[in-house]
Amino acid sequence: MTTESGSDSEAKQQQQREESTEAPKENPKAAEPASSQSQLEQLPAAVGHSTPARKEQETQEEDQESRQSSSSRLSRSPLKGVKSVKIMQCKVTLLDGSDYTLNVEKRVKGHVLFDKVCDHLNLLEKDYFGITYRDVEKQKNWLDPNKDLKKQIRTGPWNFAFNVKFYPPDPAQLTEDITRYYLCLQLRDDVVSGRLPCSFATHTVLGSYTVQSELGDYDPEELGSDYISELRFAPNQTKELEEKVMELHKTYKGMTPAEAEMHFLENAKKLSMYGVDLHHAKDSEGVEIMLGVCASGLLIYRDRLRINRFAWPKILKISYKRTNFYIKIRPGEFEQFESTIGFKLPNHRAAKRLWKVCVEHHTFFRLVCPEVPPKKFITLGSKFRYSGRTQAQTRRASSQIIRPAPFFERSASKRYNMSRSLDGAPITENHETLMKDSDSAARGDIITTVTTEKKAEEEKAEREDARAETTEAAAGTTTPLRQEAKTDSEQTDFAFDGDITATEDTDPPTEMVKHQTNISELKRSFLETDGGVPGLTEWERRLSSSPARSPRTDEPPMIEPLDLQDEEDEEPARDETKLELKATEAAEYLLNCAADSPLADGAPPTGPQGISPSATMDDDVFAAEEKTLESQDDLSEKSVAKLSPGSVREEVSQAITDKRGTLIILKEAEVETEGKEEVEKLLMTKMEALLEDASQVKGSPKKAMASWVSEVARAEESEACRVLPEEMTKTFEQSKPDVAQITLSETAPLAVSTLGWVSSSVTSEKASADLEQKKLVAMEIDAAPEACPHTEGEVVCTKETPVVHTETKTITYESAVSDMNGDADPGVLLSAQTITSETNSTTTTTHITKTVKGGISETRIEKRIVITGDSEIDHDEALAQAIKEAKEQHPDMSVTKVVVHKETEITPEEGED
Amino acid sequence: MAGLMAGFGCYTHAVVRGIPRSLAKEALRISQADVDSTKAQREYDDYVQVLRTTLGLEVVELPADETLPDCVFVEDAAVVCGDTALITRPGAESRRRETEAMKGALKDLNLNIVEMTDENATLDGGDVLFTGREFFVGLSKRTNQRGAEILADAFKDYAVSTVPVLEGLHLKSFCSMGGPGLIVIGSSEPAQKAVKIMQQMSDHRYDKLTVPDDLAANCIYMNLPNKGQVLLHCTGEDYPESVKVFDKFKDHLLIPVSNSEKVKVDGALTCCSVLINKKPNN
Repeated sequence: MTTESGSDSEAKQQQQREESTEAPKENPKAAEPASSQSQLEQLPAAVGHSTPARKEQETQEEDQESRQSSSSRLSRSPLKGVKSVKIMQCKVTLLDGSDYTLNVEKRVKGHVLFDKVCDHLNLLEKDYFGITYRDVEKQKNWLDPNKDLKKQIRTGPWNFAFNVKFYPPDPAQLTEDITRYYLCLQLRDDVVSGRLPCSFATHTVLGSYTVQSELGDYDPEELGSDYISELRFAPNQTKELEEKVMELHKTYKGMTPAEAEMHFLENAKKLSMYGVDLHHAKDSEGVEIMLGVCASGLLIYRDRLRINRFAWPKILKISYKRTNFYIKIRPGEFEQFESTIGFKLPNHRAAKRLWKVCVEHHTFFRLVCPEVPPKKFITLGSKFRYSGRTQAQTRRASSQIIRPAPFFERSASKRYNMSRSLDGAPITENHETLMKDSDSAARGDIITTVTTEKKAEEEKAEREDARAETTEAAAGTTTPLRQEAKTDSEQTDFAFDGDITATEDTDPPTEMVKHQTNISELKRSFLETDGGVPGLTEWERRLSSSPARSPRTDEPPMIEPLDLQDEEDEEPARDETKLELKATEAAEYLLNCAADSPLADGAPPTGPQGISPSATMDDDVFAAEEKTLESQDDLSEKSVAKLSPGSVREEVSQAITDKRGTLIILKEAEVETEGKEEVEKLLMTKMEALLEDASQVKGSPKKAMASWVSEVARAEESEACRVLPEEMTKTFEQSKPDVAQITLSETAPLAVSTLGWVSSSVTSEKASADLEQKKLVAMEIDAAPEACPHTEGEVVCTKETPVVHTETKTITYESAVSDMNGDADPGVLLSAQTITSETNSTTTTTHITKTVKGGISETRIEKRIVITGDSEIDHDEALAQAIKEAKEQHPDMSVTKVVVHKETEITPEEGED
Repeated sequence: MAGLMAGFGCYTHAVVRGIPRSLAKEALRISQADVDSTKAQREYDDYVQVLRTTLGLEVVELPADETLPDCVFVEDAAVVCGDTALITRPGAESRRRETEAMKGALKDLNLNIVEMTDENATLDGGDVLFTGREFFVGLSKRTNQRGAEILADAFKDYAVSTVPVLEGLHLKSFCSMGGPGLIVIGSSEPAQKAVKIMQQMSDHRYDKLTVPDDLAANCIYMNLPNKGQVLLHCTGEDYPESVKVFDKFKDHLLIPVSNSEKVKVDGALTCCSVLINKKPNN
């Protein structure tokens, strides 16, 4: 029942008048409890549940529907007399089970309520949280912060609940204890309600930390012997469980509440259902299944068994239509085309709810910044976007929190009490000062040491039916049923990882589809060829050639990262703390692969685990999303790479053993526009200088060696976002977009006998997307499918025509994640220029292209350095240096691709070096 | 500090069971082969000696039962993880009674016993791969969906994913854990396929170590207080190519264990013991 505090009939009428005249979007009926009720009655009964278990307090909430209490009204008082502003009383059930009642203006959007609640909770890291409400079917929905409250709460009282929306995969990375405390509260409820199943042992462990956090040290005199049974730890709590909890509790003496919560979270996060939002569905054969949305993707369960999993990068598009929910899957290893998998949801609303939750999770965990909703006046598909901060952004923001750790009271949460005896006697704890000290230190580490999370680089694009959207807007005036009929489908494309955006309205060019296919093949071939081949495999070669290790027999066993293509997403999102928050796009990715040659390079020396777990993340780690020019068909440019500078250095230094030419494409991403040209020039100069140095040091030129470095720098300005492409076109000259290709053809002139391979690197970071790096595009020349066979030949494909022995090697290091934007917006080329400079042994060609796409200007620098010489020039050193220097000089840019192309004339005596 | 899912590969106890004479003739086998009883017994003795003497585990040796020719393969009778033991319902009818002695032994070790009573469920421990973070259950001739569901119910903390086993007897007939996050896998196509499925289903990352012979991919990894990382693996006699791969683990205590007779009745290294960690939370 809608309650309008301070309202009178006059105001009501006025409100109605306003609403009816305001816009077609308004729903005059929404303000009328009576008609809302009748709507409610017309609606079908609830068919499905979005979560398997329901919250206790929310049931209560519904029970109390019309009995709004005005207790603890902390916010503004009803504005009587101000007739144009209607105040609504909202009751928000907080995570500790208490209700918080507050008033908001009726016309405000969801975020106003959310912000007020967060203020009340003294919560700064609020992006992980959200507000839920029950719809007419009593299903839990997330309040859309950008939509009017009144349009979301069409019927019933304004009752809400505050909940965790995105469960951080690594709670230790949260900045504040208070945030972790709220997360704990949510998880406790998840556990007690059964949504988060756990074993007996886990119940005892989690329970014991709960007790420590809430009650402090074990103290039989103060607590009594039965204190434990007042708390709830499990859906079915037994005496045995309570005893075990108590046993553990006794061992925690001196542990602060914050520490206890940290331990709680460290255990809870490992549970397989942690943060999994389950939705009932049926598969195409009508079998009951559950769809679980989580940070890493979509999980499919049948009963308790996981029967499938689709990581976000594997999903190209999600959509729903009527009661069906669809995901379009990237082609599998043995398939050529994408497949679409459909699930039947209990009803339309459930389908839409699932779709929204997917869009939001994908954006939050996978992207660096939310996608800007299409500004075009006609678009297909939904305008719905997750508009909050992404995890990457919120981490960045959180790292700037400088307030002293706030004091907050950990109350013995009411809802865990079986008896009411503790009501009104909340247990407080006084360890705040202690906590502050110990924890802030720990946190400092945590923040700067970037560990694994999902990286969030790819772009999500979603298409939307403009018509549907209009209807949805208009649907305010209709009953929910009608709305359902009209907005019965929406879809979201995820265009990332080098793949196409297959929207219904803009089909990708066939070439691109081909590319995609070949990339998958490529990856497959990598996966397949390794291991099974008895001879030297990629890994063996890599390991054996690693300079750090001597005789081959001492090598650790060849261990491969077991990656599937979807594993690309395991790349952590790294917060670029140096960047200003406003520059949402300024996060960077730098990804690059280690040089890889059969003899002289190597993965980082590794232990038996094969991949050394890298803890090499520097403080400035790069995370970014790339917006490249769709107009350029150079595949390489469509990729994003990620790596920490530390890793780059490491890998490059490994590449140093490769004394052959190098072809490098560096892509520097996202510089703020100001001074970017300078930056580029500096960079260019620097690299030239370095290469010169290198050649001087290493001796005189000898054989045909080619190396180039191309950097692509991309810049964007926040202002530019609003400038139309046309306006910016005037500035610069046009030139060929595919710079990289030119060079390559040059570098492979007289390969009579070609020994070509491309291999991928193993990054030192275990959790990083090795596969991305495997996803190489070998011969950049046209990035066409023809190149791929070469790439597949990472088991060295040789074509012998022994006249002139020339070895040509091309190694491309690039991010596998191609950054084609979902919008398939080709962008407008603003300028392109080529600068060439020469020294004795090196020729450096720099191409700078500037484009504007979707209001974002992008500068790309590609640098090609050809080194010719007959001595062993240490190109790799030069390259390593150059990259390093470049990174240091331009922390805002990232190197996204490095192609090393080497051509060596082999004299018979030398054999293959 | 109490912590869950810690200490992958930490074991204190092992349950084994003697070889009945009936094994040579009556034990189930996929392909016909003659088993040399004496040699099999010697292999078994060596195996037990490694566990007991070399590695210092507390070995509980159950007596062989002549009416249960396969009883030496104790792994199939129970799945132990943490302090919970799931007594299985083996897929082969003739092996069902093997669980009785196992149940008694595990009870004596104070484990929480969960029994698989559902008559529609079958599960062989050989189809259960525990990676330290999650379970993979092979759906094979011996293990069905229902059995996997009951396992998932018994070990609620962990994700349980199913993997079709297209060839071979069990999931672990071609793979095993070679360390934390390291799956040792055979090079056959079905094995490689299975490992890819596993990775796809998982939120965790694994490395894989491919060995030429599928059967050699079954090894036993332990992380013991005084021994460090231990790997029991095939011998060079049995699998000369595969053993080269294991030989590269320089930091591990490598113990080749001969298994040429038991393998004739589809018994791999892991099959012959149930490993238990009674020292909690280290």
